[in-house]
Amino acid sequence: MQPFTTLTGVAAPLPLANVDTDKIIPARFLKTIKRSGLGVHLFDTLRFDETGAERPDFVLNQEPYRHAEILIAHENFGCGSSREHAPWALLDFGIRCVIAPDFADIFHTNTFKNGILPIKLPREICDQLMDDAKLGGNARITVDLAAQEVVRPNGERIKFEIDPFRKHLLLNGLDDIGQTLQHTPAIDDYEARQRAEKSWMPDISVG
Amino acid sequence: MARTLFDKVWDAHVVERLPDGTCVLYIDRHLVHEVTSPQAFEGLRMAGRKLRRPDAHIAVVDHNVATSDRRLPIAEPESRLQVETLEANVAEFGMPYFPLLDERQGIVHIIGPEQGLSLPGMTIVCGDSHTSTHGAMGALAFGIGTSEVEHVMATQTLLQRPAKNFLVEVNGALPVGCTAKDIVLAIIGKIGTAGGTGYVIEYAGDTIRALDMAGRMTVCNMSIEGGARAGMIAPDDVTFDYVRGKPFAPKGEALDRAIDYWKTLPADPGAVYDKHLAIDATTLAPMVTWGTNPEAVIAITGTVPNPAAEADEGKRAQLERMCEYMALTPGQKIADLPIDVVFIGSCTNGRIEDIRAAAAIAKGRHVAPGVRALVVAGSGLVKAQAESEGLDKILLDAGFEWREPGCSMCLGMNPDKLTPGQRSASTSNRNFEGRQGPGGRTHLVSPAMAAAAAVTGRLVDVREMN
Repeated sequence: MQPFTTLTGVAAPLPLANVDTDKIIPARFLKTIKRSGLGVHLFDTLRFDETGAERPDFVLNQEPYRHAEILIAHENFGCGSSREHAPWALLDFGIRCVIAPDFADIFHTNTFKNGILPIKLPREICDQLMDDAKLGGNARITVDLAAQEVVRPNGERIKFEIDPFRKHLLLNGLDDIGQTLQHTPAIDDYEARQRAEKSWMPDISVG
Repeated sequence: MARTLFDKVWDAHVVERLPDGTCVLYIDRHLVHEVTSPQAFEGLRMAGRKLRRPDAHIAVVDHNVATSDRRLPIAEPESRLQVETLEANVAEFGMPYFPLLDERQGIVHIIGPEQGLSLPGMTIVCGDSHTSTHGAMGALAFGIGTSEVEHVMATQTLLQRPAKNFLVEVNGALPVGCTAKDIVLAIIGKIGTAGGTGYVIEYAGDTIRALDMAGRMTVCNMSIEGGARAGMIAPDDVTFDYVRGKPFAPKGEALDRAIDYWKTLPADPGAVYDKHLAIDATTLAPMVTWGTNPEAVIAITGTVPNPAAEADEGKRAQLERMCEYMALTPGQKIADLPIDVVFIGSCTNGRIEDIRAAAAIAKGRHVAPGVRALVVAGSGLVKAQAESEGLDKILLDAGFEWREPGCSMCLGMNPDKLTPGQRSASTSNRNFEGRQGPGGRTHLVSPAMAAAAAVTGRLVDVREMN
């Protein structure tokens, strides 16, 4: 996984609440066996009309937002399904950070696993950042993960909270599985204990 | 300290608590399907890793499969590749698997409980948000992304932080015509699509206790539509009777020991919850969604809300967009709205009890002219049971299509889709824009309400059918 340290880039304003994962990437694009290549379908229905032509009023079809690396949205971003295709599509498009008042739980977890930083900030601050983002290419926003700060184009620094363990993994680009495998002896012990105490629990074997 | 049902199941699975509060949580069961697993298997392969414990997984194909003749190859190349990839992966990694032509094949959340693979007190995960369904067993069950699927495959654990506890109590006799689906839609209408974010919901109260396991699964299934990753119901005699005799469930003396343990799981008196909601079931009516998320729900006797009455600008814009997308006018009554398609099935309502409810309405009636009505059993065994009861004949005689099991038109990854502008009455769980096919308009209802819509050709109060 690519580490996330600092990011300075164009932020795209998406002033919508309850952006669901079907909106981020419709189910018909989930028939892939790869992680890459989904960026062209990001927000498909919002971005393209029935003929496949771009909808000019959609933010990611406009300059400079075609090159956005940060997305600013409203409440409950990423609600709906567990599809990791949603963060894969964002990442493939070039989005490394999403800022919103809150996120749906599964999507929130999925972003971290892909080196995307989800930042929760109060609605009024998201609205300020949304206004900044609407200024376009000259209004670049900086995200500094180590300092836990978002820097507005006017230089104002806004603190954000993040789980320390997830921060550590993101800053260093660490693979969770590698971390957990360090606990293998404890997992071995747990399994041995469970087999003794819950011996009623059947193993699955399909004939 | 008094603990909740969630606290007890959580505590029993903590392998290690890290200094910042993150836990290495042991996972008892992992359910796998073709859509969210290929990249996880690929990750294992690239890192040279194996399944830590093959006997804790079960794989099945459900999302992409055709609901017509199964002996034919899957027509769409990408769907076929995803199914073939799962088959190659389960063979390579030694994962237990129910093949497409096995009678035990079905929607992953239907077959877990049906096979006795999902049991009380377990931790159960799957790369699918409706994994919350299995919480009806008294298990902690939640959806995960593909990276976490790979993590479970490699380590049999997940890195998690405990959720908060949300108690939803439903009391009172359920009125005639109301079902588990109406209860959960009413709950989501109250808490909103994000009301459960960060929580595990425990459903309690005498109305919930009076539900059969199918109804409890319907309620827990839609927890995620209220933002809660998991929903749970304390195991009781209804649960134990359901488990008894299921193929993979413990038997005899082992079952007795299991039940002794399961009886310790309900919340202790005085257990503390972080959030509460009380619902008076006697006030409920059959529910129907009007908008494009499950929170946009009203009684069938209700009218489409007026966005102008919403003070918040963002919410107002969203409600206006919903009216536009759904082609509805504020103040319009929802009953009598003509529909084009009826879908009865899904992990929400694809069990035998749901098909019986639909057949009871269909019997002696006929699908309205111009309406297409699909009934898709949740599993091969549900289909066989329905056929042994003659329900297929009732439905076919009434003009319904009787199809092979799978996720089908819940999300339209197979050929069962709405076409742009079509309006459906559906027993599934999501009414997002384009969910059942691009441009499709979905109204979520119970199976009886869906069947009533099929035979009248419009959204109708099922209580008028009796």
